[in-house]
Amino acid sequence: MVTDMSTQLGDLVLSNPVMTASGTFGYGFEYEDFMALDNLGAFIVKGTTLEPRQGNDYPRMAQTPAGMLNAVGLQNPGVEHFIEHTWPRYGALESKVIVNVSGAKIEDYVRVAELLAPLEGLRAIELNISCPNVKQGGMAFGTTCDGAASVTRAVRDAWPRHLMVKLSPNVTSITDIALAVEGAGADSVSLINTLMGMAIDIERRRPMLSTVTGGMSGPAVKPVAVRMVWQVAKAVKIPVVGLGGIASAADAIEFIMAGASAVQIGTYNFVDPSAAGRIPAEIDSWCQAHGVSRLMELKGII
Amino acid sequence: MKKQLLLTVSSNRVVAPGWHHMVLEGTDLPPVTPGQFVEVAAPHGATLLNRPISIFDATATTLELVIAPVGDGTKAICDAKVGDSLRVIMPLGKGFTTEFPVGSKVLLVGGGVGIAPLYMQLCTLIDAGVKAEVLFGLRSRPDAEFCKQYEALAPIHICTDDGSFGHHGLVTSHPAFGQHYDMIQMCGPKPMMRAVAASAAERGIPAEASLENMMACGLGACLCCVEPTEKGNLCVCKDGPVFNTSLLTW
Ligand SMILES: Cc1cc2nc3c(=O)[nH]c(=O)nc-3n(C[C@H](O)[C@H](O)[C@H](O)COP(=O)(O)OP(=O)(O)OC[C@H]3O[C@@H](n4cnc5c(N)ncnc54)[C@H](O)[C@@H]3O)c2cc1C
Ligand SMILES: Cc1cc2nc3c(=O)[nH]c(=O)nc-3n(C[C@H](O)[C@H](O)[C@H](O)COP(=O)(O)O)c2cc1C
Ligand code: FES
Repeated sequence: MVTDMSTQLGDLVLSNPVMTASGTFGYGFEYEDFMALDNLGAFIVKGTTLEPRQGNDYPRMAQTPAGMLNAVGLQNPGVEHFIEHTWPRYGALESKVIVNVSGAKIEDYVRVAELLAPLEGLRAIELNISCPNVKQGGMAFGTTCDGAASVTRAVRDAWPRHLMVKLSPNVTSITDIALAVEGAGADSVSLINTLMGMAIDIERRRPMLSTVTGGMSGPAVKPVAVRMVWQVAKAVKIPVVGLGGIASAADAIEFIMAGASAVQIGTYNFVDPSAAGRIPAEIDSWCQAHGVSRLMELKGII
Repeated sequence: MKKQLLLTVSSNRVVAPGWHHMVLEGTDLPPVTPGQFVEVAAPHGATLLNRPISIFDATATTLELVIAPVGDGTKAICDAKVGDSLRVIMPLGKGFTTEFPVGSKVLLVGGGVGIAPLYMQLCTLIDAGVKAEVLFGLRSRPDAEFCKQYEALAPIHICTDDGSFGHHGLVTSHPAFGQHYDMIQMCGPKPMMRAVAASAAERGIPAEASLENMMACGLGACLCCVEPTEKGNLCVCKDGPVFNTSLLTW
């Protein structure tokens, strides 16, 4: 790369700002045929809970204009399985991994963080306080300032390294929530998680998802996400990670201009499995063509 | 190794009402096994997500598909003209069992466009000295040239629900279905596959079914395509699409 692409999320230094979003990138290995995972700034693995979870019933996805709805419901084999079977496979990639931590109770989040803490190569966790798919799940924490602050504070005490907190867009004021988790000790915030949505199959007169409502993602949500990143970046002092509908280097640069220190690619990994690996080089080319020598010069210029 | 490739349409022919047989050409296509599938990107961004399509046949330079245009994605793919490029991710999933003792008898059952993944399987079985027969449940008759491909290889039995040709009735009522086989392998609508599986189980015949759950990634990453099984929720795109029916809880 000709451009200085590095970025810093507090104590967490990344070679470039392009990450992949939880739940859209499996554990990383699924995409190894399509990119060198090392090209990414980081990759965030599937939402991990204390106990194994089977997730919601099928159908779990529906296609919508320029996007999709999902109701996967945090299917994962549990944190102990991750530690025993998945983590040892990362080897030299350890420093690129971020674990997305989900739960239904504060104690569960804390326990997952405690179990992950001894993995020294794991530099950061992302706290999913915003998943809309679990019945009495994380959403409750993510939608009130008190809830978001209390789960963040509890995990802060249990987790010694970088703590990123992922915010739900399904709130009246996302800046209030961001300020609350900043006050509770978050090192960075990432946004947005999926927007609550719904679709109906009119022929069958049935909802498209087994759970009726689900999380909307993809290019259709990008303008909402850019607006929220811009608002939050203006309000908090900690770094902001932007995501929601990113499909190109141009989209990533848009989030950076809105105030993001890093970005995540989500749904677009399903469309073009090599995109996330290519976007850092495409950002570099754009910067060269536009006389930008250090990418983070663009951060928050709007 | 999976690859994402830009392939060129070299032929696109309607072989039965509502079925397109497409031949795509390229270089260095990865090796595939029968029953695996590909993800095809709908041209002009007709749909955001790619469309899972079974491999009809493939070589290192060609990929053949049979596609029914049922919605925006498959219509846009079927509208592709000779010379157009299509983005394809392949090969995906785990296909049919292909190893049988020489002389084994295998029945391949296809319903509708579900016949697609069975052609390559038929070729593979015949090459391996397996006695394979084909039983299709169809709505309309594919053209002679298309049917000839099968007839050259093995006995082919056809059923239609309205009796417009072949046997009048469901595949499970066809005399060929009542014979003994060492394995039944199938792809088609779920009700057909369930009926075939139930009858096979009663007669102690092992069976494999290729499922068509809705998919987003096709790579085992999103967990959208899961099927409940005796081993919990499995991904149709990665652990399947072909499953031994004894695993399924449908
Ligand atoms: C592993 C696998 C292999 C497949 N192989 C073939 C093949 O060889 N040839 C072929 O023509 N089709 C095949 N299909 C089905 C094909 O993927 C769908 O028809 C297609 O995705 C529909 O997309 P669309 O945009 O055209 O229609 P949409 O507008 O998305 O939907 C149109 C209609 O098709 C139904 N549909 C949507 N997705 C699926 C699906 N995955 N399976 C069944 N019905 C669906 C919808 O319920 C709707 O009624 C396969 C599916 C899978 C999962
Ligand atoms: C199938 C699917 C599964 C997801 N699973 C998770 C998850 O486990 N944890 C999480 O924090 N976010 C999850 N998300 C949300 C994404 O990480 C991301 O926040 C959202 O999709 C918006 O970004 P995008 O438009 O680029 O996809 C999931 C999204 C999808 C589409
Ligand atoms: S389609 Fe994504 S896991 Fe199967």
